[in-house]
Amino acid sequence: MKNSLLKLRPALLLLLAVLLPMLRAAAQATAPVDQPEMADALRQSGKIYVVVAVITVVLAGLLFFLISLDRKLTRLEKEVRE
Amino acid sequence: MKQNWWKALTVVLLLYVSVAGLLLPVPRLAILNETIRNLYFHVPMWFGMTFILAASVYYSVRYLRTPTPALDIRAHEAARTGILMGFVGLATGSIWAKYTWGEWWTNDPKLNGAAIAMLIYGAYLVLRSSFTDEQQRARVSAIYNIFAFATAMPLFYILPRLTDSLHPGAGGNPAFAKYDLDSNMRLVFYPAVIGWTLLAFWLAQLASRVSLLKLKVYEKQLA
Repeated sequence: MKNSLLKLRPALLLLLAVLLPMLRAAAQATAPVDQPEMADALRQSGKIYVVVAVITVVLAGLLFFLISLDRKLTRLEKEVRE
Repeated sequence: MKQNWWKALTVVLLLYVSVAGLLLPVPRLAILNETIRNLYFHVPMWFGMTFILAASVYYSVRYLRTPTPALDIRAHEAARTGILMGFVGLATGSIWAKYTWGEWWTNDPKLNGAAIAMLIYGAYLVLRSSFTDEQQRARVSAIYNIFAFATAMPLFYILPRLTDSLHPGAGGNPAFAKYDLDSNMRLVFYPAVIGWTLLAFWLAQLASRVSLLKLKVYEKQLA
């Protein structure tokens, strides 16, 4: 029994040498599927830029309002000081 | 125009964050997925709140040393801005929790600590409105403000770290651990923190200036 296993050892090692890299390749092939889902389609279609543009316009509008409010206050402060 | 460079910086940083925050790559993580980008908007609310409340305490201490109505107004408006940012932080956190933890609210030490701290600050507003005498109101609310800050900060940042928590930055681990934030996210996160904090200071400054103007006009009418 022991002898037969020893005889088979080179064959087993050869089998492992062939199989192990294959397992690794298989693991790599499945990895992207297992990766967490992200909004990749939204990015590929370029629609994400529409969202970015809308958010930027809204924010810019609010900040512009804040700046004009700041200027109005500065003018009013000058008036009250005089 | 003399010292308004920081307002220009606020505009630039916030516009940058709204573009880069959506476009720059983020780590692919399970459960969080694309919501990890909330980090650029939810967390800076708390940073901004902490800094503006610290500024409020600074003005309160200065008021107690030299009582002037201007210092009381600045402390009050800073605290109000901080409370606003805190409630926005709670609301955004609640939405985020619903889609990652599955509940609008969990009985998590970090969440409950933040809620209690916000109630403490809510009491500040109630306390202020319960005085008719202006000097008494200013003095008592300045003292309460100092104690509120000293009570709220451990509730936000210390107590949640002593127990287990779902929330990052609690349960012993600082939120800035290297595995929490990769270098791509830092490129947006730090500008976001600075930008939103500066916005809080801008809002507080505008509100204070309106109140100061009101005070001046009122004094002129009396004179």
